[in-house]
Amino acid sequence: MIKSIEFDVRVMTKALPFLLTGMKMTVYFTISGLFFGFILGSIIGLGRTSKNRTLHGAASVYVEIVRGTPILVQAIWIYYALPQLLGFNLNTLAAGTAAIAINSGAYIAEVVRGAVEGVSKGQSEAGRSLGLSKLQTMRYIIWPQAFRRMIPPLGNQFIISLKDTSLFTIISAAEMTQKSQIVVAANFKYLEIFTLLALLYLSLTIPMTMVLRTIERRLDVS
Amino acid sequence: MSIIKVRDLHKSFGDLEVLKGITEEIKEGEVVCVIGPSGSGKSTFLRCLNMLEEITAGEVVVDGLNLTDPKVNINEVRAETGMVFQHFNLFPHMTALENVMLAPGKVRGVPKEEAKTAGLEMLKKVGLSDKAYVYPDNLSGGQKQRVAIARALAMNPKVMLFDEPTSALDPELVGEVLEVMKDLAKEGMTMVVVTHEMGFAREVGDRVLFMDDGIIVEQDLPEKLFSNPQNNRTKEFLRKIL
Repeated sequence: MIKSIEFDVRVMTKALPFLLTGMKMTVYFTISGLFFGFILGSIIGLGRTSKNRTLHGAASVYVEIVRGTPILVQAIWIYYALPQLLGFNLNTLAAGTAAIAINSGAYIAEVVRGAVEGVSKGQSEAGRSLGLSKLQTMRYIIWPQAFRRMIPPLGNQFIISLKDTSLFTIISAAEMTQKSQIVVAANFKYLEIFTLLALLYLSLTIPMTMVLRTIERRLDVS
Repeated sequence: MSIIKVRDLHKSFGDLEVLKGITEEIKEGEVVCVIGPSGSGKSTFLRCLNMLEEITAGEVVVDGLNLTDPKVNINEVRAETGMVFQHFNLFPHMTALENVMLAPGKVRGVPKEEAKTAGLEMLKKVGLSDKAYVYPDNLSGGQKQRVAIARALAMNPKVMLFDEPTSALDPELVGEVLEVMKDLAKEGMTMVVVTHEMGFAREVGDRVLFMDDGIIVEQDLPEKLFSNPQNNRTKEFLRKIL
């Protein structure tokens, strides 16, 4: 005899408000982490384009280390191991933000490097020949052109980082996935709750993807 | 008076020596055309005059400033030396007018309104008043190059360097760019022009330098160099192209 499948939507609606508080945390981690990740990635990425060997070397080592280790390991290292070096504890908010920032920073660095190197050499020569300094040439000529090229891959990174925050369950950050586990521990409704969890992630990523496609199309036109 | 003085200029890319000792003086108001086969080092020579290429050995003095002197601010020298490139190198994210206004504003600190008036004046000079608010993507090659000339002129340079300014243009667009350059020469601008346009060199040039294999092989007044070249390499080059 086939066991009838029970799927109780009421379980989902009941758990929704609780999971939404976790969603807030998920969004918070993503946005604050990517904010710092973009700054970090820009600096490291420009370091990767530098002719200065020390700068280039340091930036490359950073990218290799971060890309060569799982974000889960980075998160537990920051949360559990780093405090032993620092001598003080990090709260989950700081640790989670740092993990997203450090991790996305490495990938964004590669995005920045590619975009900056993709601007033709003639552009910087034209800037320099007019008497603009290196920094002015970067700021007014190279960066604006490079930034346009960065938008699609940055959008992808946003989606990746958003999903990565689910791993912060392991450092007990009160994000969406962790909240869902709290619920199922009490009611054992795995099917309803984890389906709801997946839908909530999709409710964030699908609009984001659509916005991204629109931006890409607009950039193509102008 | 010489505005550019070059003494025993050498330039190497790795093991490859591209310039093998060039000594040359260019007077104020002079129009000097540089011709020669590709790979002869003529573009590299030009690019050394504003240090777009690092100078390996020798000296380049522009308007009294020694480019190889570490105390000299190269940005100041470049602000006085306009450059026009083969591939235009307009800034694609800016309108024609913004291209022209950028350097006066950022390098010289000219206020925006003033830079705009001057920029429109420059575009008028190259016959592109109606294209001020157009982006480079919507300009023809000839128009792009004229905007590039206006952009360089907006800095009121003492010298203009042209690096094969018409080589990337469709044949029917070459004329409009050469016209602008002729007007500039008439106004007394000091110009160094690397070119394959022998007609221009003959008509507008005060002097023609023939370069081959990293040195200036021969130089003379255009009519003399073209009608009665002395060096065998010059003869051979001119026979091939004329």
